[in-house]
Amino acid sequence: MALTENMLIKEIDLGTPIRVSDKSVTLTIDGVAVTVPEGTSVMAAAMHAGTKIPKLCATDSLEPFGSCRLCLVEIDGRRGTPASCTTPVESGMVVRTQSDKLAKLRKGVMELYISDHPLDCLTCSANGDCELQDMAGVTGLREVRYGYEGDNHLAETCDTSNPYFTYDPAKCIVCNRCVRACEEVQGTFALTVDGRGFESRISAGGVDFLDSECVSCGACVQACPTSSLIENTIIAAGQPEHAIITTCAYCGVGCSFKAEMQGNKLVNMEPHKAGQANEGHSCVKGRFAWGYATHADRITKPMVRERITDPWREVSWEEAIGKAASEFKRLQASYGRDSVGGITSSRCTNEEVFLVQKMVRAAFGNNNVDTCARVCHSPTGYGLSSTLGTSAGTQDFKSVAKADVIFIIGANPTDAHPVFASRMKRRLREGAHLIIADPRAIDLVRSPHVEADYFLPLKPGTNVALLNAMAHVVVTEGLVALDYVRERCEPDAFEYWATMVAEEHNSPEAHERYTGVPAADVRAAARLYATGGNAAIYYGLGVTEHSQGTTAVMAMANLAMATGNLGREGVGINPLRGQNNVQGSCDMGSFPHEFSGYRHISDEAVRHSFEIDWGLTLSDDPGLRIPNMLDEAVDGRFKGLFIQGEDIAQSDPNTQHVTAGLAAMECVVIQDIFLNETAKYAHVFLPGASFLEKDGTFVNAERRISRVRQVMPPLSGREEWQVICDLSAALGYPMHYTHPSEVMDEIARLTPTFAGVSFARLDELGSIQWPCNDAAPQGTPVMHVDRFVRGKGRFMITEYIPSEERTGPRFPLLLTTGRILSQYNVGAQTRRTANSTWHPEDVLEIHPFDAEARGIADGDLVALASRTGDVALRALVSERMQPGVVYTTFHHPLGGANVVTTDYSDWATNCPEFKVTAVQVRRTNRQSDWQEQNAEEAVSMRRIAPTVPHAAE
Amino acid sequence: MAAETGWKPDAAQAIIEAGKSAPGALLPILHALQDAFGYIDRSAVPVIAEALNLSRAEVHGVITFYHDFRAAPPGERVLKLCRAESCQAMGCETLVAHLAARHGIAVDATTTDGRLTVETVYCLGNCALSPAAMLDGELLGRVDAALLDDLCRPQPGSVS
Repeated sequence: MALTENMLIKEIDLGTPIRVSDKSVTLTIDGVAVTVPEGTSVMAAAMHAGTKIPKLCATDSLEPFGSCRLCLVEIDGRRGTPASCTTPVESGMVVRTQSDKLAKLRKGVMELYISDHPLDCLTCSANGDCELQDMAGVTGLREVRYGYEGDNHLAETCDTSNPYFTYDPAKCIVCNRCVRACEEVQGTFALTVDGRGFESRISAGGVDFLDSECVSCGACVQACPTSSLIENTIIAAGQPEHAIITTCAYCGVGCSFKAEMQGNKLVNMEPHKAGQANEGHSCVKGRFAWGYATHADRITKPMVRERITDPWREVSWEEAIGKAASEFKRLQASYGRDSVGGITSSRCTNEEVFLVQKMVRAAFGNNNVDTCARVCHSPTGYGLSSTLGTSAGTQDFKSVAKADVIFIIGANPTDAHPVFASRMKRRLREGAHLIIADPRAIDLVRSPHVEADYFLPLKPGTNVALLNAMAHVVVTEGLVALDYVRERCEPDAFEYWATMVAEEHNSPEAHERYTGVPAADVRAAARLYATGGNAAIYYGLGVTEHSQGTTAVMAMANLAMATGNLGREGVGINPLRGQNNVQGSCDMGSFPHEFSGYRHISDEAVRHSFEIDWGLTLSDDPGLRIPNMLDEAVDGRFKGLFIQGEDIAQSDPNTQHVTAGLAAMECVVIQDIFLNETAKYAHVFLPGASFLEKDGTFVNAERRISRVRQVMPPLSGREEWQVICDLSAALGYPMHYTHPSEVMDEIARLTPTFAGVSFARLDELGSIQWPCNDAAPQGTPVMHVDRFVRGKGRFMITEYIPSEERTGPRFPLLLTTGRILSQYNVGAQTRRTANSTWHPEDVLEIHPFDAEARGIADGDLVALASRTGDVALRALVSERMQPGVVYTTFHHPLGGANVVTTDYSDWATNCPEFKVTAVQVRRTNRQSDWQEQNAEEAVSMRRIAPTVPHAAE
Repeated sequence: MAAETGWKPDAAQAIIEAGKSAPGALLPILHALQDAFGYIDRSAVPVIAEALNLSRAEVHGVITFYHDFRAAPPGERVLKLCRAESCQAMGCETLVAHLAARHGIAVDATTTDGRLTVETVYCLGNCALSPAAMLDGELLGRVDAALLDDLCRPQPGSVS
């Protein structure tokens, strides 16, 4: 890296937001002519001209406010000294940013601020990063004539209720930046100004931060110009000295962060303004919940054991890798080549994932590789690929700013994709219409300043019925975009589809008995979607994790094609992908039937290109999917599994079937950072590296490839990609790389959609949305612009077939599952942070009617039982639920929500039907048998033998 | 005052429901609540926020911005004493001192017997008759110590 003074990566603050306009305006600032887009403020124009105007209440993530009175300027022909932040430029304007009069005014203002501010700069936590200090400097403040005898706020006490940041009112200058950030950037409106005049104080609504509506996104902390709102890690450690730009390892939004460091110690994660996925915003997970990376539970030494009932033994890397390799070889020799396989991780980098699937295909010599997308978005890949031609979302996140109608189905953006949800809420506050289809009233149905036009509370498992009913309205009421369909879609397929959905059994009235949604609402929502301007669909696992998951994805594609809502900004079909790199892990060829770039292994030309590059012959037999691996293991035919950073014993459905499969295997090798639930069934443990310890790339939900950069060395002493190479070599297939960038070069060489991608190119552009190749050297923000990737769009037949999982007298309720904001997935990371303050255990949400009928009160322990298994959870009586439907999350292993879920899965992709399970709920006074056994095994199957000192020591 | 005694959640809910559809409903609802109960109980904040789809913080911010909105029930009678320039010139601060010295009544507080609340205001628009005051919504001019003594005299039957 070139030496630079800017090692902390301090971004330029223009003071007011960037304005986009076709017209430009030329004015003169301090004698310098400057041309800027119309609508730009004088303050931002001055920055363009190279002059910083003093400011406190302005920052370019927020609309101008004009309260601090420091940014005053003189403008020829105008009376007084207008605030430069709230004054838009005009053609021919002559501005002076400095004069004796302005200097005197600014100094006077600063003097007033400092008369009610502690003079403790040397011991202040913001020392070195304080705009108030900077302004005292540039205004030349030398004395405060008013003294400190009068009323002041210096004795006010700190609010330390939030585990991640502290509010110190004594340091507050009431610039309102935090209040405005909470409103404009985050969209939560949790902060306000209490009182008026001298008594004005920032307040979380008269309660402390923890008890308030605050979602701990950190926007207020980032906006604060002083130390009034500041990260606890900075208070403890002091200011960072350098920063490295990297990508968050939580959800599929893929936020760009500056990892702010002291040496190789991380002290703060600050969202990066230039990051195009998040544009400087963050959520409680990425911003604050990174302490797990150095948690005491991290396993940093390789371990082996003979039997899963034995304690683990810490061994050398060589011994662990040697054992894994010899076991896999032994199993293949005894049980056949197909008796072993691997699972790649959506948490790991593209480069690591690519190497694991390469190891399986080249060193195991079979195609038994699958990935956790099997259990989440595999239907997205299949459904979008067959209709449109690409296994990915069609838009960039920014596109939502051009949407007029937003249709959310089976997704809960404010909890699961909070940073994107903030963009969405901003657009909704600007007046976009909102349709939500969800069994549960998610926050977006109604939360401050956002309200759905139509909330369609459908019964779990009836997405296809609802979407067909909407399509019925579009077709029978003459709302099809005929020109669009004629030009861009296959005519015959359209005719078949239109005939199908037009049939009476697909009318909203006919489907009402399945969906439970009033037909009139469905008709109105369909009309709004079809005629309301740019309409964009956003969906999540509430669509895919069903027996008809793929059908529902196709039904959405049909709807979007029929109404012409694909191929430009503001429209599209957008899967909100769950994990940081689930898109990438799919792109990398993690499926048993596909090479990278979604090309079938039976395609001779494609397979040949890999065979030449890798120097061996590859199998053209599709391998096993995760559920097949487990079934075959139970049947005794599948014996060994390499699992990269995935916890199938907690995340996959029907836990007892998963663990039975794992227990039946003779060699399970885990590469992970923690001894997770699955590791209880493992024989070899290879310590992995957190995202802070590695170089590579992630691909987010908008196909954006972003760099992950190493900020600290791997705690285990070995790079994760290196471990895979070592294992592959021990298996007899050496791979030769010196750096992950060389793996990306290989990916680019072998994958047309990644052809133009390299680490150097990513460093240059910041991030790239695939496809990136000669046709699109800068990447592709919006897909299917002039034509669909597959040529003509193809309407698919999507008849509704109810799930085989039915309610009955013994199991009268339907369970559906989801996520909450503070925890992430199986919780391996977030449970090891203060995020558990907000969600210490999984609870069962139940409608008051269902609760009352069962004598259940809020907080009661209840047994949740399905045909598959049962667990005990605390009840949360909630009107978010509809009667007949209960809801829980699966963040905590002790809750064991997936003990209850079933083996039903999507017809096309085997994606499990997590979202529909028939259950009964009753009061109980004890944990279930499974929970008691699991609690016991959590200890007994995780023992690590004490290290015996070597005799010579 | 017309205020009923004590906060009645059901009545408050009815007032909020009745007012929530009007444009700019927040201030009229707050006034209506204060008119009905003499103050705005903290428990109204989430109810108003829910009805108007605002955050609780926003409602709190508006209530606290206006000094006229009370967070606690006032005394049986409310005296608003003007302490702006004209009334200061005409001796209103002497009246404040008189209340404290003679009757032990602090401004911006309620007497311990709950009979009288004295509040500061800045200008009632009655400067020609300074010092001015407002007693239970009725404007008074040329306020003097005698009038205050009258107000503070224990009522027959009063416990104090």
